[in-house]
Amino acid sequence: MNLPMVESFVELVRRASTDLASDVEAALRAAQEREEPGSAAEGALGAILENVTLARANSTPVCQDTGTPIFYISHPQGMSTRELRAQVEEAVAEATRRAYLRPNAVDSLTGRNSGNNLGIGFPTFHFAEWDEDYVRLDLLLKGGGSENVGAQYKLPHSPLKAGRDLDGVRKVVLDAVYQAQGKGCAPGVLGIALGSDRGYGYVHAKEQLFRPLEDFNPVPELAALEERLLRECNELGIGPMGFGGRTTVLAVKIGAYHRLPACYFVSIAYMCWACRRARMIIRDGKVEYS
Amino acid sequence: MATFHLSIPIAEDEIRALHVGDTVYLSGVMTTGRDAAHKYLIDNFIRTTATPDSELGLYKELQSVLGEGVIYHCGPVVRQDESGRWEFVAAGPTTSIREEPYEADVIAHFGLRGVIGKGGMGEQTLRACQEHGAVYFHAVGGAASLIADAVKEVETVYKKDEFGVPEAFWVIRVEDFPVIVTMDAHGQSIHDQVEVASKEVLGRLIGQ
Repeated sequence: MNLPMVESFVELVRRASTDLASDVEAALRAAQEREEPGSAAEGALGAILENVTLARANSTPVCQDTGTPIFYISHPQGMSTRELRAQVEEAVAEATRRAYLRPNAVDSLTGRNSGNNLGIGFPTFHFAEWDEDYVRLDLLLKGGGSENVGAQYKLPHSPLKAGRDLDGVRKVVLDAVYQAQGKGCAPGVLGIALGSDRGYGYVHAKEQLFRPLEDFNPVPELAALEERLLRECNELGIGPMGFGGRTTVLAVKIGAYHRLPACYFVSIAYMCWACRRARMIIRDGKVEYS
Repeated sequence: MATFHLSIPIAEDEIRALHVGDTVYLSGVMTTGRDAAHKYLIDNFIRTTATPDSELGLYKELQSVLGEGVIYHCGPVVRQDESGRWEFVAAGPTTSIREEPYEADVIAHFGLRGVIGKGGMGEQTLRACQEHGAVYFHAVGGAASLIADAVKEVETVYKKDEFGVPEAFWVIRVEDFPVIVTMDAHGQSIHDQVEVASKEVLGRLIGQ
């Protein structure tokens, strides 16, 4: 990899913050067409779409809560992740100076905002070595409102009569969406991980948010559950912003992981409608974005 | 569902004429204020026997903005130009329910007419709206660039260094800031209605 690449990483952040992915925008447009003309739900989606266009044109953040920058980085053997991380951090601070990101890193003890989005464990990095000869950076900007309504359930869950099977999963996911109401900036995207441990459950749940909204799960049982949950979440009628309406969720994405015999966690990452993700590939020193 | 254009400060009868579902375009001067701001108001001015001398000047300033005024739950993205002037770049609402332990007292103490945020608020705030003549205005969550367009000027900022950019009091002049009334001064809340209806559907879907 040719170094330094700080400016290219700033561009990745700019794209994630200001240019909403086309699959998400298309889903929002389809949702607007489904809502009752003249309703608050339709009006909210209209404002959302107008905002998306404006943010792209002006290169300003789609949402002021630019959230936690979460990086999932896949790299070939022999690359220094420490060096890469240092450059990405420099880019995050620069992107904050250019107002693509709001300063969001707050010291948990003193309450002080670091002012540049750098802090202890902030931003978040997940590195994985892979067999490919190129580097891939996936960035998710996940805001606080939607992060606050994420949930992790342990099956069996007696109050919901949810057992240790896919029907139990279905029940707890519906409960999480009901509990969230409009507070996670509905219509949301659900990333869900079955199994794993408590920590990695959420890490995997967030990985699911990188899947294109219109893709199909290769595992037939999960594909069926995704489709049913999408339909049933929307039957709840919570609607955009919780105003009531036909679209509560834009997509449901589920991954299944091995678990301990004693543990069956369902980890639900709720992403707001502003599902801000961007991808960058570095191959032979050339950079591509998508 | 009607549409209104209101100027801040807002008279009590104008607020009591609003009902849930109404669209309102707000113009005038308001301040942002979220978690740190609400805690500050409560600790220094409301649930205290003695306001510290150091805070009396700001108290006066805030009284003049908040009296018959509007507080906006928002932590903006801002930019400062070479002459030192601030500009709002992105400024959508933040989740309001975190201010539920404080908002009713803030409404009563300062005589607020409106609270702007997202996600709605609880029973105490709804009751305070009825008692004191205030409403909850819902802005579209995430519509940050669109709303920043309605912010014409940043008049001043308080507590920026102490609270950080998102948490400071940003005093802004807005024109035709678009909101929807989701909690009115007659005890109605769209949030309660949607929660009750969705709970019924949930019960059916999970067989309870």
